[in-house]
Amino acid sequence: MNALERILSALGDPAPQGSTGRDGIPCLEIEAKDARRTIARLKSACGFDTNTFVTAIDRFPAEPRFELLWQFRSLVHGDRVRVRARLDAGPEGPRAPSIADLFPGAAYSERECFDMFGIVFEGHAGLKRLLMPEEYDHFPLRKDFPHQGIEPDRLYREWDRRRHEKPAGSAT
Amino acid sequence: MTESLTLEYEPGTVSGDDPLHGELMHLNVGPQHPATHGVLRLKITLDGETIREVEPVVGYLHRGKEKTCETLGWRRFFVHTDRLDYVQPLTNNCAYAMALEELAGLEIPERGQVIRVLLMELSRIASHLIYLGTTGIDLGAVTMFFFCFNEREKIYELLDAYTGHRMNNTYVRIGGVYADVEESVQDAVTGFLETFPAKVDEFEKMLTGNRIWYDRNRDVGVLTRDDALAWSLSGPNLRGSGVELDLRRAEPYCGYEAYDFDVPVGTIGDCYDRYLVRVEEMRQSARICRQAIDKLGKTRGGEFLAEDRRFVLPPKSEVRQSMEELIHQFKIVTDMALPAGEAYGSIESSKGELGFLVASDGTSHPLRCHIRAPSLMNVQAIPHLARGRLLSDLVAIIGSLDFVMGEVDR
Repeated sequence: MNALERILSALGDPAPQGSTGRDGIPCLEIEAKDARRTIARLKSACGFDTNTFVTAIDRFPAEPRFELLWQFRSLVHGDRVRVRARLDAGPEGPRAPSIADLFPGAAYSERECFDMFGIVFEGHAGLKRLLMPEEYDHFPLRKDFPHQGIEPDRLYREWDRRRHEKPAGSAT
Repeated sequence: MTESLTLEYEPGTVSGDDPLHGELMHLNVGPQHPATHGVLRLKITLDGETIREVEPVVGYLHRGKEKTCETLGWRRFFVHTDRLDYVQPLTNNCAYAMALEELAGLEIPERGQVIRVLLMELSRIASHLIYLGTTGIDLGAVTMFFFCFNEREKIYELLDAYTGHRMNNTYVRIGGVYADVEESVQDAVTGFLETFPAKVDEFEKMLTGNRIWYDRNRDVGVLTRDDALAWSLSGPNLRGSGVELDLRRAEPYCGYEAYDFDVPVGTIGDCYDRYLVRVEEMRQSARICRQAIDKLGKTRGGEFLAEDRRFVLPPKSEVRQSMEELIHQFKIVTDMALPAGEAYGSIESSKGELGFLVASDGTSHPLRCHIRAPSLMNVQAIPHLARGRLLSDLVAIIGSLDFVMGEVDR
């Protein structure tokens, strides 16, 4: 029994669509709304105890635009699984359920994903930007964000202005 | 950056009767601080000397590497991988190359794999030496810093002899490595490996039984087996907690299944266990290097770079004489496309599982290149380990988790 068959049989009905990727890692296609249920089953029934990463791919201009990827590794079985879901960008942007309570190690990955793609993880305690400054307005890894940046020095100018506004000698 | 810290006092935490527990203090450490090993900032809430909460703030070294990869294209991103975990650039090169080879379906000639193994293991030793030296100096063992950097210097001289650079070598290519290892370099590595194990014994003599080192590390930053897995830790930090997971064993790459080496694991998962694991790994890496040198002797004259003109540059001598090879070179340099699809390639770097998830839409520009950085996960575990410990233990914990900010921030 290969890894994909093991996972699909352990997941039970209704089993998501599965395939084996170019790198030999089993991939599952799911709906974003089922993500928590499927991932909780992967943890409890299939032995996937470590979240390797959570990341997204922006397939702009295709619709739905964002694809969310979760990857897990099982220590006991020594195999991996990659779960993917397409995210509809509704009126308030792309949203997905957080798995940080199931896998505490996913918390930073989700923050990074929010920082770079603007995907909001519902139920994440402390979802905020990870790498960019908190006041930053854009999502750099989106395809419509230029590599040179949008007004890259705007924040610096803003910080400078605020510093000079303060009366001399006051603590910053 | 100017930013004001909001000082919040939790009601009920201030007790007037107990002189040891008073007001909470907010302490900012970094981003410029020697003990944070790079530009890491920590917002610490202290109750006396006891840590109530730590919040790591990362991103001060963010250079947008993943975006850069999408802009530059597959080949030109190689030099950028060097700048991720800058204490072991060749390891990053290998991890990136392996993800691309997975996507391209490319086989690496045996000699190319042996050279990669040799480079990765030398880099692992160099990286662990930095861990030992900097953690030593943080915890008061100043001599360790000089001893370790002496040895590391020797490794850098070896890499210099082979690649022509001390750092940021970029010597790995899709399909193998850029150049063959000359016999003189091979002899120099052999010479280094003869003296190195005695040096590791010397390091151990200075630290392992040292009362101060033992007290500063034993039972500090204890990470249970289950917590280590749940917090996505990997590498020596995971093995220190007793999990025998080494990707060189579990998912062999570059022919690691043919090498003889032991995987050391810790027992209780404290800073001292992580120290012991790394020291033993240096010995095991030296052992792998010796076997790689043997294999180099056996495969002398063999191919070290795959011959696939879709992805691998033709030799310069042929480009000058053949129109066809010139066209191949032009195509590869201007727009080398990888087949559509996605692949994940990961290796056991000295920090843990270093992985690249690459997604291609069939054009010369990547759709996505995600870097799975082990150091980021190591930083994430700091609050979990430091809560309830003394401020001075935080220094030991940061050192023992061993991260490089270039990889955390990318």
